[in-house]
Amino acid sequence: MKPFLQTRDLAVGYRNRTVLSNINVQVGPGELVCLLGVNGIGKSTLMRTLARMEPALAGSIEIGGADITGMSSYDLARNVAVVLTERVAVRAMPAFRLVELGRYPHINWSGLLSEADRDIVRDAIAAVGAEHLAHRDINELSDGERQRIMTARALAQRPAVLLLDEPAAFLDVAARVEMIATLRTLAREQNVAVILSSHDLELSLRMADTIWLIDGAGHLHIGAPEDLLTDGSIAAAFSGPNVAFSADDRTFKITSHPHGRAFVDGPGAAAGMARTVLEREGFQMVHSPEEADVSVIVTAAGWEATTHSKRDRGTSFAELARFLRLQTEF
Amino acid sequence: MALLALPTDAHVDRLGSFLMALNHHGQGGKGHYDMAIPALASSIRAHHVLVLSLAAVLLLATFVAAICYGSTAIPLQSVIGALTGQPANGNPNFDIVTSIRLPRAITACLAGAALGVAGLQMQTLMRNPLADPFVLGITSGASLGVALVVLASGSAIGAFLSSGLGLGGGFAIVGAATLGGLLVLAPVLAISARLQNPSTVLIFGLMTGYAVSAFVTLLVAGARPDQLERWIAWGFGSFGAVTWTELQVLAPVAGLGLALACLSTKQLNALLLGENYARSMGLNTRAMRLVTMAVASMLAGVVTAFCGPIGFLGVAVPHMARSILKSSDHRVLVPATILLGALTALFAQLVSLLPSQFGVLPLNAVTALIGAPVVVFVILRSRSGVFTG
Repeated sequence: MKPFLQTRDLAVGYRNRTVLSNINVQVGPGELVCLLGVNGIGKSTLMRTLARMEPALAGSIEIGGADITGMSSYDLARNVAVVLTERVAVRAMPAFRLVELGRYPHINWSGLLSEADRDIVRDAIAAVGAEHLAHRDINELSDGERQRIMTARALAQRPAVLLLDEPAAFLDVAARVEMIATLRTLAREQNVAVILSSHDLELSLRMADTIWLIDGAGHLHIGAPEDLLTDGSIAAAFSGPNVAFSADDRTFKITSHPHGRAFVDGPGAAAGMARTVLEREGFQMVHSPEEADVSVIVTAAGWEATTHSKRDRGTSFAELARFLRLQTEF
Repeated sequence: MALLALPTDAHVDRLGSFLMALNHHGQGGKGHYDMAIPALASSIRAHHVLVLSLAAVLLLATFVAAICYGSTAIPLQSVIGALTGQPANGNPNFDIVTSIRLPRAITACLAGAALGVAGLQMQTLMRNPLADPFVLGITSGASLGVALVVLASGSAIGAFLSSGLGLGGGFAIVGAATLGGLLVLAPVLAISARLQNPSTVLIFGLMTGYAVSAFVTLLVAGARPDQLERWIAWGFGSFGAVTWTELQVLAPVAGLGLALACLSTKQLNALLLGENYARSMGLNTRAMRLVTMAVASMLAGVVTAFCGPIGFLGVAVPHMARSILKSSDHRVLVPATILLGALTALFAQLVSLLPSQFGVLPLNAVTALIGAPVVVFVILRSRSGVFTG
């Protein structure tokens, strides 16, 4: 079994400013960890400290039982690989050459690769599903493709721990799902501990084995996504004055209702659509027409809305939204 | 709507890779790709070998041409005779070839290679395509070192241009030039480590270079007119002032610098990804920065001490190497830069002889005429602008 990462009373930050303290975490082989928290809360600082790019302010970080502080830079690079947010601007280099650079800590001064090194490079490219990109020039790749190659390069280091700082930052939705699905598979298959920081709450909650959540007070909550959803810490960390994170459907809800209450009736999917229109227009959902300021009935043919003084009907949700906006009585 | 829904190539591509990512592990087969990488790698290797061999052959031809042409043209047989060690008697040109033309050509080769490699190191270290010893002020710093040694030693400014210098004096001037170069390079690199904006760093280097040059001008202002004249001649740049005596200093110092550069190709390749990635892969970036700085200053310093401040070779040659090789891999880029640097310097030396009986063109003017278009080409070619990193 490959070594895993463990911290003891770790404190991270810069100079005299402690950002997070008393961090005690353990990551096992094959585990996918998502680090969540709002911007500026210290996600990057923690990631950088785990990669020894910043010194720890207190406590220790161990990989496979060895403290990383005393490790040689080659030993560290054989244990921890990183994928950073910064864009690499390399001209005139085929993607597989970039992946070969990942063998750096394993090869001698000449920089020449053995057949075994080449096999590892090939496996790393295959592990991220980038065979079709291997011969392309780095410069011609999209952000998602380049991220994939950078991940393959990190894998070619054959690390025990793979750290990715916001790997999805520049990616569109499809590439984002693709990225995290790949990471999940390779954590399992390569037996690597994968730790990534992310902004994508819903995706992280769906895909991670473990969530590290930094709340507004700078406390670290650790648990399976479902545990943190159940104890409310996720909802607490991400809810603001106008938005709340709902544990039930794992999505954000608008919580300000300046326009009153609304009741919707009709078949499931269409009613759901009508509800999101009403929520966006500032209504709170209620369960009976008696409590509501506006009642909407949705059918296959369209919608019919009734207020205290008015009644209207239409066929599109855009018309419904326009009707709601025109009602000055709310 | 229909137009929007049409998938673009990029979409199709991404969708393809998406599906591949999801299905990949079930498929198991690696298909054509297992063959594709070795095939591509060997075709790249063949291209590199071809380019390097061509450059070597061209270099040899230019080397011989540079010995044939000068204030008087020497027949090829005569040159080959002298070079292959045939006895001097019966060859009227033996002395010109062995004591003037040969050291001049060797100096040109060493200077071109040294400046090119120093430029390559700076471009990679700073991840800035326009960095070179001249732009970053190393050359100005080296001039300062030279001027200080010459003035402080009380000797005439022109003394180091004549051959009566002696080995000790030669090493002293090289040492001073290297230290002068480091003096300017250190703050420039310290700033480049903190500021991520490459244009700020370049401008800082340029300004430091100007300030140091102004200081040198003040130092030299008190010199006698004949000394001043020789200082200005030194400022034009020349490979012709170096004799075998100076070569005993120039050759080992430049050779050492070039050898160190050849030994650090692995580290330079790692630096292509930036310092953070390089460090994460096990490179001691601080030591690498120091060593590269020292080597680049030494290379630029030794050339400046003996040949004057020569511009544009440092920035232009690495780009020529990159675009001919179509590669950023330092394992081939360093040897190619050495060959092309030597070749370009010899070529510039030949061009400077064009006016023949009317004298020679200043070498700096020739290197600028060769180098400036390369720089402009680099700027125009980069779609996103050269300062985006």
